[in-house]
Amino acid sequence: MSELSVPRAARAPGWFDRIGIGHLLLGALLLVYPAMANDFFLTQIGGYSLVLGMIALSLMLLAGYGGMVSLAQITVAGAAGYVVAIFGENNSGIYGFGWPWWVYGPLAILIASLMSALIGWVAVRTEGIYTIMITLAVATACFYFAQQNYALFNGFPGYNGLRAPEVFGVYWRDPVPFYYLCLFCAVLAYAAVLYGARSTFGMTLQAIRDNPRRMRSIGFDVTAHKVFAWWLAGLIAGAAGILLVWFNGRISPGTIAVGPSINILVIAIIGGMRHPIGPFLGAVIVTLMQTFAIDIIGAERFNTLIGMVFLIIVFISPDGILGLWERVKPKAGGEDWRASFRTSVK
Amino acid sequence: MATTVAASRLQGTGANALELDGVGRTFGALTALSGITMRIAPGERRAVLGSNGAGKTTLFNTITGDFNPTSGQIRFFGEDITTLAAHERIRRGLRRTYQISQLFKNLTVRDSVFLACRGVSRRRFSLLRPRDTDSAMAQADSIIHAVHLDGDRDVVVGTLSHGQQRQLEIALSLAGAPRFILFDEPAAGLSPTERRDLIAILNALPRHIGYIIIEHDLDVALRVSEYVSMMHNGTLFTEGTPEEIEQDPRVQEIYLGGGHG
Ligand SMILES: Nc1ncnc2c1ncn2[C@@H]1O[C@H](COP(=O)(O)OP(=O)(O)O)[C@@H](O)[C@H]1O
Ligand SMILES: [Mg+2]
Repeated sequence: MSELSVPRAARAPGWFDRIGIGHLLLGALLLVYPAMANDFFLTQIGGYSLVLGMIALSLMLLAGYGGMVSLAQITVAGAAGYVVAIFGENNSGIYGFGWPWWVYGPLAILIASLMSALIGWVAVRTEGIYTIMITLAVATACFYFAQQNYALFNGFPGYNGLRAPEVFGVYWRDPVPFYYLCLFCAVLAYAAVLYGARSTFGMTLQAIRDNPRRMRSIGFDVTAHKVFAWWLAGLIAGAAGILLVWFNGRISPGTIAVGPSINILVIAIIGGMRHPIGPFLGAVIVTLMQTFAIDIIGAERFNTLIGMVFLIIVFISPDGILGLWERVKPKAGGEDWRASFRTSVK
Repeated sequence: MATTVAASRLQGTGANALELDGVGRTFGALTALSGITMRIAPGERRAVLGSNGAGKTTLFNTITGDFNPTSGQIRFFGEDITTLAAHERIRRGLRRTYQISQLFKNLTVRDSVFLACRGVSRRRFSLLRPRDTDSAMAQADSIIHAVHLDGDRDVVVGTLSHGQQRQLEIALSLAGAPRFILFDEPAAGLSPTERRDLIAILNALPRHIGYIIIEHDLDVALRVSEYVSMMHNGTLFTEGTPEEIEQDPRVQEIYLGGGHG
């Protein structure tokens, strides 16, 4: 049995093929975007969408590949935000140790990822709807705890006056640098997820989603692998959390409330969770709607509009915008991401 | 063969691949399994027969740890594995297939078998893509070849035919270095040709690999095993060589009378 090894046709695609024409076009567009956009579109739409997209990507990783729908991703991002406030600088009068960004940054990501792993460790005892409920419970508990705890979280007001660092003579909250910083982080996270989907662990996670019982009976510790996925998702959400507080200049319980946590789920579902590009598509759409719906239909109704769009998209295509694209896309062409699209997803 | 098997069955503990002592399992008020005592020597190939609901699958589930027995003890090559986690038993060389295929419907055949090879080796948490030169990939390919699925290596499992899915079930149980395999009705629903294929695959297994096969088709069972255990109503009621079993009037009555013919 073991001596029979079947050789496999070797085909080494070039880097161009491997990245795919779609990615190259999109990348070029995103790179020149600052030349076309004003400061508002650059930061409030561009940068903010990329940050929300990263948080939604951490959900996509868990839900799309692992079948674990989490409502606690904004909580994890918020944990990183609070670390920035406490160990970096703030002007709320408590803590603000003034550590340099290259110390509090990695620390924030580390703490967020550990918190994510902890939430995961609790949540993996459940399945399906119960995972959603238990993570919602965790998110809600964290929100109230942050709101009522003044010793560590400074209660209701939270922390103000958080500033992005100045590095290489550049203030990273200025519109163009902030946009490129967000783009860099988002592309890194996106590429890592796309690559990782076909890694040993990525396949493991998808196989666990398909059939945990079978995974156990081929030797996998299902719980450990799920918790590891939560830890990885926490790295992405944590990094996004840092960008989020640099963007807002503040962190308060409102950032990690139930509304924002559901917002992340809405983003992921609107965009689609079959491919890591989905969360970013969803983030752009939701950000645009949240920004402009107020002008179109008035402040009280904009949530209604988002709700309607959400319903319509879910109704026409359970796989979100990505699912629509799958239906209308040109049938020809063999870009690599389309192939991975089909195999990587439920 | 039968004599050596019978002889080794009578030896003490330690030498045996699998030893069950009074294994039982209840589901609420239902006793699915009771007082199963069994000795299986390394390399022995055993068939378990019994009508539907006799407790055969439940017996497998308690051995592999899909769920634990409510009473009794299970030893695997001398080690008590009664309450060991399922994946730990697999890492010790135990394998199984399922009566109802348990597969990864969105993965390809090759990736599925690759994972099965990875599951019992190191680097399970690797965040790197496996290379074609990866030893687990090479092993996966040879296993796929052994179960005659070469042509479907890159096919997504959900689109395989029933027969191919049954072959993949077997492939998953051959990964790594199995010492003992539990086959749960591998021939169920197969065409006559696929059955012949299956018998060939089983007979081509290296001699040191022992197994228990649950099989309704007596003809198949007798061609792939050297010793037979009969189950009825959750108990083991007789054991013997295929010839002895075939001639046992109780077997004729209970087994062949109830559902086979
Ligand atoms: N998970 C379970 N929960 C409740 N009852 C079960 C379960 N698994 C098996 N049983 C019951 O145990 C008995 C034996 O079933 P099983 O082991 O599947 O029989 P066989 O494989 O010999 O056909 C049946 O009465 C079945 O209904
Ligand atoms: Mg059965």
